Amino acid sequence: MLRIRNLHAGYENLLVIKGASLHVNPGEIVTIIGANGAGKTTLLQTLAGLVRPREGEISFDKTSITALPAERIVGMGCVLVPEGRQVFGTLTVEENLFLGSYSRRRSLPREEYRRELGDVYRLFPRLEERSGQLAGTLSGGEQQMLAIGRALMAGPRLIMLDEPSMGLAPIIVKTIFEVLARLRDMGKTILLVEQNAKAALRIADRGYVMETGQIILEESAAELLNNKDVQRAYLGKEYKSIADLGEQGERQ
Amino acid sequence: MIYQQSCETMPRDELEQLQIERLQMTLNRVYRNVAFYRKGFDAAGVDIGKIRSVGDLKELPFTTKEDLHASYPYDMFAVPLKDIVRIHSSSGTTGRPIVVGYTKNDIQHWSALTARVLTAAGITEHDFVQIAFEYSLFTGGLGFHYGAERIGASVIPSSASGNIQKQLYIMKDYKTSALLSTPSFAITIASNLREMGIHPESLNLRVGIFGAEPWSDAIRARIEDELRLDAYDSYGLSEIMGPGVSGECAHKCGLHVNEDHFIVEVIDPATGAPLGYGAEGELVFTTITKEGVPLIRYRTGDLGTLTGGTCECGRTFARMSRVSRRIDDMIIVRGVKIVPRQIEEILLRVEGARPNYQAIVRAENGEDVLEIKIEISEGIFNDELKKMLELKNKIARSFEADLGIAPHITLVEQDSLRSAGGGKVNRIVDMRSGRV
Repeated sequence: MLRIRNLHAGYENLLVIKGASLHVNPGEIVTIIGANGAGKTTLLQTLAGLVRPREGEISFDKTSITALPAERIVGMGCVLVPEGRQVFGTLTVEENLFLGSYSRRRSLPREEYRRELGDVYRLFPRLEERSGQLAGTLSGGEQQMLAIGRALMAGPRLIMLDEPSMGLAPIIVKTIFEVLARLRDMGKTILLVEQNAKAALRIADRGYVMETGQIILEESAAELLNNKDVQRAYLGKEYKSIADLGEQGERQ
Repeated sequence: MIYQQSCETMPRDELEQLQIERLQMTLNRVYRNVAFYRKGFDAAGVDIGKIRSVGDLKELPFTTKEDLHASYPYDMFAVPLKDIVRIHSSSGTTGRPIVVGYTKNDIQHWSALTARVLTAAGITEHDFVQIAFEYSLFTGGLGFHYGAERIGASVIPSSASGNIQKQLYIMKDYKTSALLSTPSFAITIASNLREMGIHPESLNLRVGIFGAEPWSDAIRARIEDELRLDAYDSYGLSEIMGPGVSGECAHKCGLHVNEDHFIVEVIDPATGAPLGYGAEGELVFTTITKEGVPLIRYRTGDLGTLTGGTCECGRTFARMSRVSRRIDDMIIVRGVKIVPRQIEEILLRVEGARPNYQAIVRAENGEDVLEIKIEISEGIFNDELKKMLELKNKIARSFEADLGIAPHITLVEQDSLRSAGGGKVNRIVDMRSGRV
């Protein structure tokens, strides 16, 4: 569905992405994990058309989107849920969701819009409860739900999420990630950038590990959980008790 | 049957994307973690960021067996040694051993790949798989073992049980349906069957996978006839992984290379220039999923050709020809190039001769002398010295007629050429330059 070849991108004199190639198949959750500054956010912004690539090729459903403006990419069904949610704080929840459908404002019949809004509310009942509330007054977790809901209102086939777990309590992260898994089961394709590698790998099908702008590993999520480099660098000490892969303690 | 349908029948454009992704990440990792590659790429002036397609592989330097010898034991490892869960080594025919290490994920991949080879040969959970490859530092036994368990077959690790008779009884009593061994071991089994008066029909064998040494189609026909089974070729080498690199499907039109894990090239052995599909040259492999010891453009010394296009079985992976010749197995005796396959075919033609043999070249008074040792078996043994001499002469004459060289023929005791438990026979021994 999404195919990226030899992507180079950055800001002014700073080259951040240095020759990344990756792909996302329809119906997959693919996660990109990596440390702070590895280039994950820049990668997503480049895919979304917010940062111009210097070199390389991005195609979505076999159509090149390398040089397309951001709104055209959204129109094709490839939507970004940005880092830090970025909801419109002075608008209500429902107004935020309405704006999510902006790219389809001419083609979306009213009853279809109502149906999709209902779908989002079923996914996140909390949003329905607060539909008239200003988005700026929501909790961090609710704002994240709203950001995902707003992305869904664009009718995407591919949803790209940048650090959806950031700053959220573990219980909320669990809820959000369960929704992502449900979206996959509903046929959506998901590209998930996360520092919370543990949570991401538990719902993902495949993952890439990014380091200083380059991809250094591509494997199934289960294999990445098995990889000692990944365990050391991204999963932390408490990893074992959670993933419980039958490890009998690390060899020293 | 196809073990991993979505991988093995992947459309070529998807495969190409996967290969470039995995190649780039492998290059990024070896450049970070393996001094040999970092220095090698820098010395060759290669910027790995410029490797944009599989075709750009040709910009990268080769890795040779000598490089692996020089890195003995662990210098090629790309992960900390505590991440290594298995170590194998290959002595090869010359020099210091080569050491390879596997991470947990490498073992998982390896199991899946040998499971593919077994499945392609029609082996299923209903089979009793007797593994007569050595379980040792050699990758043959354990490599297939994990794959056979993975598909749920009943695995009989027989090679460690000792002598051939014992393995034969296991084969008979445990109702072995699939035999995995070297082709020379299969030949030995067949001759032992005859000696012990066991008719092959009384066994349950239906399929065999043979590898680790070159074997001709004539040998295949003979094994199939004498053991009443369907014989498949398998290819692998410890440096790259072991068995599971490629294997035949039911159509037997070449060995499907597991291209989602290995990129295969054919090069001109003299110039190193890449050759296309259809041209014979040296097979070169790049591992693109290995974590422990990834190798970039490893020169195998094996000669072969590649064929593209989707196979009738549905697999989209390129097929390599059966490897019958190695660059370093080719010996030049008094100006005549000889490869093992030619020797095998001559021996087969001479009635009764079992093709377990060893060709030895040495220099005597400045002249090349070729000796061929042939194991005596029931089929060619004769009490009359005269008849034995006749046979030797007959073989020598056939060599002279075919190759222009009359070798000394030495008949040796059965099983004396093969190492215990199904190991390789060194088909060619060149003693002229101190090489063994």
